[in-house]
Amino acid sequence: MGVANLLENWSKFRHTHPVDDKGHPDWEAYPSDIKWAMAIDLDACTGCNACSVACYAENNLPAVGKEKYGHGHAMHWMRIERYWGEDAGVGQFNADEGARFLPMLCQQCEAAPCETVCPVGATNHTEDGLNSQIYNRCIGSRYCLVNCPYKVRYFNWYDYPTTQDVWPSPMEQQLNPDLTVRGKGVMEKCTFCKQRTYMARNSAKTEGRPVRDGDVMTACQEACPTGAIHFGNLFDPESQVAKMWKTQQVELDKDKQAKDESSDNRLRGYRVLEYLRPYPSVMYMERVRETAV
Amino acid sequence: MTKDIREDIAWAKINQDVLKSLQTPRPAYWVILFVAFCVFSVGLGCEIYQYNMGMGVSNLDNPHAWGLYIASFIFWIGMSHSGTLLSAILHIMHADWRKPIYRFAEAMTTFSLITAAMFVAVHLGRVWQIYYALPYPNERWAWPNWQSPLLWDAMAVFTYLSSSIIFLYVGMIPDLAICRDNMQSGWRKKLYTLMALGWEGTDRQWRNFRMTYLTVACFLIPLAVSVHSIVSTDFSVSQQPGMHVTSFPPYFVAGALYSGCAAIISLFIILRYVFKFEEYMTLPILRKVVRLTFAIAMVWTYLNCVEFAATWYSHDEAEKAVLIQKAIGPYAPFFWTMIFCGSVVPFAMMVKKWQTNIPIMFAVSLLLNLGMFLERWMIVSPTLSHDYWPWQFDHDQWPSMIQWGIVFGSFGFFVILFMVFCKVFPSVSMYEVKEMVYHRSLQSKKAEAEAAAAEGLVGEELAVKGAN
Repeated sequence: MGVANLLENWSKFRHTHPVDDKGHPDWEAYPSDIKWAMAIDLDACTGCNACSVACYAENNLPAVGKEKYGHGHAMHWMRIERYWGEDAGVGQFNADEGARFLPMLCQQCEAAPCETVCPVGATNHTEDGLNSQIYNRCIGSRYCLVNCPYKVRYFNWYDYPTTQDVWPSPMEQQLNPDLTVRGKGVMEKCTFCKQRTYMARNSAKTEGRPVRDGDVMTACQEACPTGAIHFGNLFDPESQVAKMWKTQQVELDKDKQAKDESSDNRLRGYRVLEYLRPYPSVMYMERVRETAV
Repeated sequence: MTKDIREDIAWAKINQDVLKSLQTPRPAYWVILFVAFCVFSVGLGCEIYQYNMGMGVSNLDNPHAWGLYIASFIFWIGMSHSGTLLSAILHIMHADWRKPIYRFAEAMTTFSLITAAMFVAVHLGRVWQIYYALPYPNERWAWPNWQSPLLWDAMAVFTYLSSSIIFLYVGMIPDLAICRDNMQSGWRKKLYTLMALGWEGTDRQWRNFRMTYLTVACFLIPLAVSVHSIVSTDFSVSQQPGMHVTSFPPYFVAGALYSGCAAIISLFIILRYVFKFEEYMTLPILRKVVRLTFAIAMVWTYLNCVEFAATWYSHDEAEKAVLIQKAIGPYAPFFWTMIFCGSVVPFAMMVKKWQTNIPIMFAVSLLLNLGMFLERWMIVSPTLSHDYWPWQFDHDQWPSMIQWGIVFGSFGFFVILFMVFCKVFPSVSMYEVKEMVYHRSLQSKKAEAEAAAAEGLVGEELAVKGAN
């Protein structure tokens, strides 16, 4: 480790803005033919929370209990947000209209606001287009959580493995050995089931072929009873996700989509808080409503 | 107009008066030190509890990831600007009325920075790995993230702290020599002999000293401005509405000077009373400090208005929503108290009669600092309550007793450091006061001579006229 090494490899060490600096996602430093992305159909989502539970099971998330949940200490990497009626104010709801559900998870932003502000560089971008969180490096300054516009990062406010009974016996037998259980003071978030994508890529590499669409499903995608969640490689034109993004005319590196809706078919695809330009990798498709908004 | 300081104070008397402050303290000192120690222990106990249990005991949550720890960190860094303002900036402006009061202000700077540094540790989830923020050699070739404002903070505060310590120490050397020469043998004499570095007051030493002091002062001024600007980028570089404000660097520097000056007034009044420094920390000097504080208060108020105005004409919905939330939401009482303490209370300092009224100015200075503390808090919590994401709204969060305990403990810590300083080192700069007395006496002698000469001329004219 030397200053010479830092200077030589500056372009690799330095985190360039993936879109603004290059005009397109910057993969020169990390060439890859994979960009993981999602498309979530809100018309299919019933708010059943199966995805959330599956995520808990797959990723060793601690179920913190009712009191801590009320305090805002929940650890749900995938959370179902409920929004009540168009006219309902905050905290009010019109039960007749029912709730609208938004499964919110880490958007794996291309220009993630969390990545630049970590003082120790515990959150970075991977070569397959994910926003990585390195638990070992995290010192718990929580700047990433402050800067995330979606607030989809979760901090270990207590030491769940050792002091809290969050996996009452025999639940600890169900913990996933493919990934760690995090201690206190560490930030964590959705990884698009990194342990699964990693294994899929390894298998594909062993077999000498590219990763095929359908090789890997995230836990939430697998659990969803209506198939609302679609996950795959955006760079693979044959993948379902790529086709959906294309149909909805949503492009990864735009902060405002220019849609051609001339065929009178209102395209439902959108990304949340796109105008803030984090370039999220999750596309949502609006729920079809009975009346115009 | 009474003079800042009497011109006929004998130098021996200056030595005597200031060295008297280093004598064995009265019982009241020990009582107050003990109370401060208790307050500090409360904070320490809370931190030990938090260290063991996890950050959750502070009541921070998602989305309120930051709270009083960051606010206090910035508050203490802000307080530290007092010394730099008084020592360095006024030194360069040749405002010699600062001479009797800058020593304790500089001490305040150093101790504020140490207290602020503690909050960095308190705020981290994994304090034991705080060294990751330093560029130390490691086998993973992992550097800290230079793009992060928190990292800039670490660099800036560390630089500022070391420079302030150097500045304080270098400025004290002639005084330490006086202490050395006037003390009976004992631990004090040994300490001062060691620290005075063999100062003899020769011409050459004074010339070098002057140059060094000026150089460090010139270095420290831009450093102070940059440090607090960098600390403000913790917020202004983030994306959150209410934090992402371009005018934060000057706003924070103005706020820092503001709270520093208010703290100077508080400590001025305390030291003046405790050590009977009425000859040196005179009321005209207090009046000057009060007027300076008022000027800075107006600058701070203006920059506040700039922030509000920019929010209004920006048409940024999220930004406007946060400002409205500050005014009418759950944090509204604190927001309005901040406005009152920061912008309305200073006008009490323009009432001439009150400018030298000790009880009123003491109360005013404490209120000003309360306002400044609230200001830092109001940048953190309201934004996190009401940023871009509606799912997070309507979720009230208040700091727990643990958080308050640690914040109060920091005041105890500061008081301990300051009280120990006042009893070990001279809190009035003896050599500079002597300089001030000397220059003032020269000036008044010159004025007298001119007046006498003019009178003499007039007398001559009259005599000539009379003769005619």
